[in-house]
Amino acid sequence: MSPRTPGAQLPEHPDWLWRTPDPRRSYDVVIVGGGGHGLATAHYLARNHGITDVAVLERGWLAGGNMARNTTIIRSNYLWDESAGIYEHALRLWEGLEEELDYPLLFSQRGVLNLAHSLQDVRDSVRRVEANRLNAVDAQWLDPRQVKEVCPIVNISPDARYPVMGATYQPRAGIAKHDHVAWGLARSADAAGIDLIQNCEVTGIDVTGGRVTGVRTSLGPIAAGKVALCAAGHSSVLAAMAGFELPLQSHPLQALVSELLEPVHPTVVMSNAVHVYVSQAHKGELVMGAGVDAYTAYTQRGAFHVIERQMAAALELFPVFARAHVLRTWGGIVDVTPDASPITGLAPVDQLYLNCGWGTGGFKATPGVGWVYAHTIAHDDPHPLARPFCLDRFTTGALVDEHGAAAVAH
Amino acid sequence: MTPQPFRLPDGGRISRGAPLAFRFDGVAYQGYRGDTLASALLAAGVHQTSTSVRLGRPRGIFTAGVEEPNAIVQIEAPFPEPMLPATTVELYDGLVAGGLPGQGRLATEPDPARYDARYAHCDVLVVGAGPAGLAAAAAAARTGARVILADDQPEPGGSLLGTAEIPDWAAETGSELDAASEARVLRRTMVFGYYDDNYLLAAERRTNHLGSQAPSRLSRERIWHIRARQVVLATGAHERSVAFAGNDRPGVMLAAAARTYVNRYAVAPGRRAVVFTTGDSAYCAALDLAAAGVDVAAVVDARPEPGGAAERAARAGIEVLAGHAVTGTSGEPRVASVAVRALCAAELTGPAREFAADLLLVSGGWNPVAHLFSQAGGQLRYDAGLGAFVPDGCRQAVRVAGAARGVFDLPGCLADGAEAGRRAAEDAGFTAARPLPPTSAAGSAERSAPSAHLWVVPGPDGFGTHFVDLQRDVTVADLARATGAGLRSVEHLKRYTTAGTAHDQGKTSGVLTSGVIAQLLGVEVAELGTTTFRPPYTPVSFAALAGRNRGVLHDPVRVTALHDWHLAHGARFENVGQWHRPWYYPRDGEDMAAAVARECRAAREGVAFMDASTLGKIDVQGPDAGDFLDRLYTNMISTLRVGMIRYGVMCRADGMVFDDGTVIRLAEDRFLLTTTTGNAAAVLDWMEEWLQTEWPDLRAHCTSVTEQWATVALVGPRSREVLAGLAPQLAVDACSFPFMAWRETAVAGIPARVCRISFSGELAYEINVLPWYATALWEALYEAGRPLGITPYGTETMHVLRAEKGYPIVGQDTDGTVTPQDLGMGWVVSKKKRDFIGKRSHLRADTGRADRKQLVALLPQDDVLLPEGAQLVAGDRLADPPVPMLGHITSSYRSVALGRTFALALVRSGRERVGERLYVPVGEELIPVTVTGPVLYDPEGARRDG
Ligand SMILES: Cc1cc2nc3c(=O)[nH]c(=O)nc-3n(C[C@H](O)[C@H](O)[C@H](O)COP(=O)(O)OP(=O)(O)OC[C@H]3O[C@@H](n4cnc5c(N)ncnc54)[C@H](O)[C@@H]3O)c2cc1C
Repeated sequence: MSPRTPGAQLPEHPDWLWRTPDPRRSYDVVIVGGGGHGLATAHYLARNHGITDVAVLERGWLAGGNMARNTTIIRSNYLWDESAGIYEHALRLWEGLEEELDYPLLFSQRGVLNLAHSLQDVRDSVRRVEANRLNAVDAQWLDPRQVKEVCPIVNISPDARYPVMGATYQPRAGIAKHDHVAWGLARSADAAGIDLIQNCEVTGIDVTGGRVTGVRTSLGPIAAGKVALCAAGHSSVLAAMAGFELPLQSHPLQALVSELLEPVHPTVVMSNAVHVYVSQAHKGELVMGAGVDAYTAYTQRGAFHVIERQMAAALELFPVFARAHVLRTWGGIVDVTPDASPITGLAPVDQLYLNCGWGTGGFKATPGVGWVYAHTIAHDDPHPLARPFCLDRFTTGALVDEHGAAAVAH
Repeated sequence: MTPQPFRLPDGGRISRGAPLAFRFDGVAYQGYRGDTLASALLAAGVHQTSTSVRLGRPRGIFTAGVEEPNAIVQIEAPFPEPMLPATTVELYDGLVAGGLPGQGRLATEPDPARYDARYAHCDVLVVGAGPAGLAAAAAAARTGARVILADDQPEPGGSLLGTAEIPDWAAETGSELDAASEARVLRRTMVFGYYDDNYLLAAERRTNHLGSQAPSRLSRERIWHIRARQVVLATGAHERSVAFAGNDRPGVMLAAAARTYVNRYAVAPGRRAVVFTTGDSAYCAALDLAAAGVDVAAVVDARPEPGGAAERAARAGIEVLAGHAVTGTSGEPRVASVAVRALCAAELTGPAREFAADLLLVSGGWNPVAHLFSQAGGQLRYDAGLGAFVPDGCRQAVRVAGAARGVFDLPGCLADGAEAGRRAAEDAGFTAARPLPPTSAAGSAERSAPSAHLWVVPGPDGFGTHFVDLQRDVTVADLARATGAGLRSVEHLKRYTTAGTAHDQGKTSGVLTSGVIAQLLGVEVAELGTTTFRPPYTPVSFAALAGRNRGVLHDPVRVTALHDWHLAHGARFENVGQWHRPWYYPRDGEDMAAAVARECRAAREGVAFMDASTLGKIDVQGPDAGDFLDRLYTNMISTLRVGMIRYGVMCRADGMVFDDGTVIRLAEDRFLLTTTTGNAAAVLDWMEEWLQTEWPDLRAHCTSVTEQWATVALVGPRSREVLAGLAPQLAVDACSFPFMAWRETAVAGIPARVCRISFSGELAYEINVLPWYATALWEALYEAGRPLGITPYGTETMHVLRAEKGYPIVGQDTDGTVTPQDLGMGWVVSKKKRDFIGKRSHLRADTGRADRKQLVALLPQDDVLLPEGAQLVAGDRLADPPVPMLGHITSSYRSVALGRTFALALVRSGRERVGERLYVPVGEELIPVTVTGPVLYDPEGARRDG
């Protein structure tokens, strides 16, 4: 699929989206958190399992957390088999999602370049490409000249402080429009009869005899057969309500956009070494992010020096950006695990389910998470693709370390 | 060059003696110094600057400031810059610009300008140099407090510049502040960010307004990082529009903007005007325009009973239509006539009247500029009386003064500002010394009537041209469609319609949007709230934010004391972390492989030397230093004797290898440890984290001494001869100076610490001297070794030599998932120590599994050089994906000593597979390899220990 021309008008949203129901007193399944993952889970509970006596409880406005704040990079070129499994599953779902939801998601498979800037980067990149291929994930290793062919504005001068020594390229990777994705999922769930309840904060989780029985909320108690957590950066807070701890640290992660610009950047470029990633979204704005702020916090705001560094890195790679302007910056709260892989599966409390730890990279997994997590909830048994991502691995040590030298954030 | 038909004969703050030539959309024009691009265009009679982004409707200059939604231009010359509001571009000679339909364009050439940053601290930062800000800054400065006053305009005055009230006061106050020793006035400086702990960011435009005349030695823009004890925000207010049919035509302009064009720029924005207002302020505009010769056809006031201002207008001969509203405009492209009807209880009544007019001024009320306050974490409150959101509480040390908190009259602003400035200074520890001199601003005795809150004027045919966000082309009809889709939250409605997301970030449209939505949903505006204000307040260029951290300054380049020698001897360099390290030293005509083969041969057969100064070095001192290192390393350090050296490995809490290096014991309470080059800072951070957060009771202190020592590795069977010749006092025989010992002696007359360490498997020494002796030492070694063919070698040879010995490199042969046991280094993990970082993780089920990936060597068939990073599979035929992978190649070389290629790899159950044949997919081929133990060269270690 060729990239859509940036600057093309955004497609209209449909005339009807969702109801604003009052919560009922009890549901079969209560999903806590109406971000992308919560909404996708609701959608697939209905679609794949026929479970519709479901409420999604969102403390703010629907999909206003990280779902509304992320830089929408979608790719599946992860190193480890376990990761490739779930992210590639998600990518295949993305490839049919517009049709499935009958919603224009602006899913654009414009490819992603992960740049290498050192000899070790090159080794790690080749390793990832080779692993991807054996896992049937499309991947190529490009030399600097080929990088320039894919993205003509990248600076490949050998005189750069950290010259581009090549890149991995996943042609099927790309971006989508996050609001459209969330709303498409929400509309589908609502149409199936699932209640999407906003301004409803979960303040307590009721557990009796090791089994969850319901939640307390700012709109009153709600009984539930099963409770599925999907609260991203606030997951540890919710786990504490159910009486257990999660190995998560919540960090601010910032992103920014420029004004609308004529198309200059046809793909997605990520560089871990100089720490920036960039794409040009559909209307023409440059969308950029960097690494997490180092300190932990629940504030949805980061520190300014992170932005300054990110801009310096951006100009190293893309000197033509010099006179572009930062229009808006913002931050989300990302929940990072010790091995930078997610936790999705069963919780230490019966009929309570966990999905968190997607950190800086969970947008791309949205449909995959929904699919797999809905299965886990419906069967009270982790989906095979979810099994490696159980909470238990922090006890056994069977980590899926995507932090390691060979891995890429986001 | 076209004349300036709309330029008034006199007045304004422009320099008529300094005419400036510019081009817009291909046409040549003239303006004056002091103009903005917008005022110069209006002077030439150009209202329309572009067509709108979605609907392609003609759009004209709407405001006179940063809030401009329509007149967004592309600068073409002197250097392309995308998307600037024409209302903020100071005119300069030679400016070439064009209107933009929506997307800006980047230059293809690199930006020649420079950018930089400054850091400043002050007692009181005042943002905005309007009447409130000036009064605040003056009051604070008079207490002796250190004051910074920042304003985005070239001269102080703020709204006063557009009103012609107390004309000289602003300039005088500005001069007084300029003269005060502790005050600094930053002109052309936009405060755009307000972060925690009163940390504010501002962008100063230093040379933009000079065009091609800008001196290149000056930075074009500068980012100010200001840390203020107290902040006073006197950021003023933005006027807003009303949603009525055709409210977007060129010729429709906010009332105060028109007033500014008349008074500040001496430009009549039209010949015949209608003024549509919901409050008193627009009457000033009407009267000023009338005084300037504009024919004011009528003031249409939505209030049934306007106050004294209306009487004044009537006295000046202007028709005032109370209780009326503008219902539509016509004209192509510019307004030619305005339709008006009576408005009663939100219903239109009575006959329609048409006024011929080429200018329609609108005032739908005022929105305090609360952006920075909101960024600071401040709460906003809807003030139903004002019909606007005003600042409420904030956890930071900030005050808001003047129009920014809803005080709109001039005497009120002056008093409010002075009070805020004085109090801020007092809170910063200063006491008011001299009171401010009174200003001449006269209070008005006039009876003022409260403003009406009118968001939407009904009909006539739906709401399809009732614009709320001009830049995003969002209408009341669009908002109605969004509420009809079930949306309730302003955030959703904004996203559904894209209202407020454009270049102006909704400065004029935000509150209007909320007002319209409230009306559509039948709720109070207060219930809806606003969307969050995010930095920056106005767009900031990437280059300004990057400042000087570009090119070689992007990240410091670190080089060793021997760098010049390496350069002079033709070394090729490799980036290792921030360091430039010699990679190999090719001689005439040699390629890398040949050079590395030669370097390896010298090290294995004669003598070679390398610059090892980049290894991280950390000096650890204190009575508990040994205990501390025991907890940090997997092996026992505290038992090391003074004079001896031990190799050690550090793990993370997950039990995975984090770093390795040597520890030498300098004294009972003092150790020197080395880290890998790239990890030095991370290791020191790690040590400090544990010391400071977990074990503050330990008496141990860490200091980086990486740059305090130059280190030369002298390697090879003949290294002893070279050293002996240069260090006559040192007993170099293996008994007196065994492996893993260190000695202090003089080498070539230079005080040195010599360590018997080997990363090559050969007899080797590491000689440490103070860095300023590095070259002398190196050259002495070179001279002394020359008869033996001493050869400098780089990192590539080092890698080959160590790989032949099976020594892993952290970060290359490990990746954060490898335990010391996986590396075959169980011996480095103490069984005796009670605890160390990672110990508990080594006991976990998975960490103890026998089929973990383990470090082994591979011997490829047919002397193939395997690509590093390649994967390993079991069969000689690839299965359908997903193909199970057994591991990957971490290092791969051609070895002179072995006479063949070999590789290191992490392989599942690797140690059990020794002797097995595996396959490496390379391109379309499968290369067979044989698994072997990792040590391929001198397994007994005889050469090293000799
Ligand atoms: C700046 C930034 C850039 C990113 N870029 C990318 C990227 O390019 N690609 C990518 O794949 N991923 C990216 N991510 C990560 C991605 O956004 C997240 O991993 C993903 O969105 C998390 O899942 P979610 O959508 O369900 O989270 P969210 O949207 O955060 O949903 C969690 C929801 O739970 C709600 N909640 C929390 N506590 C409670 C409670 N007690 N009661 C009720 N509701 C509650 C929250 O309000 C929130 O709406 C980025 C994240 C950020 C912040």
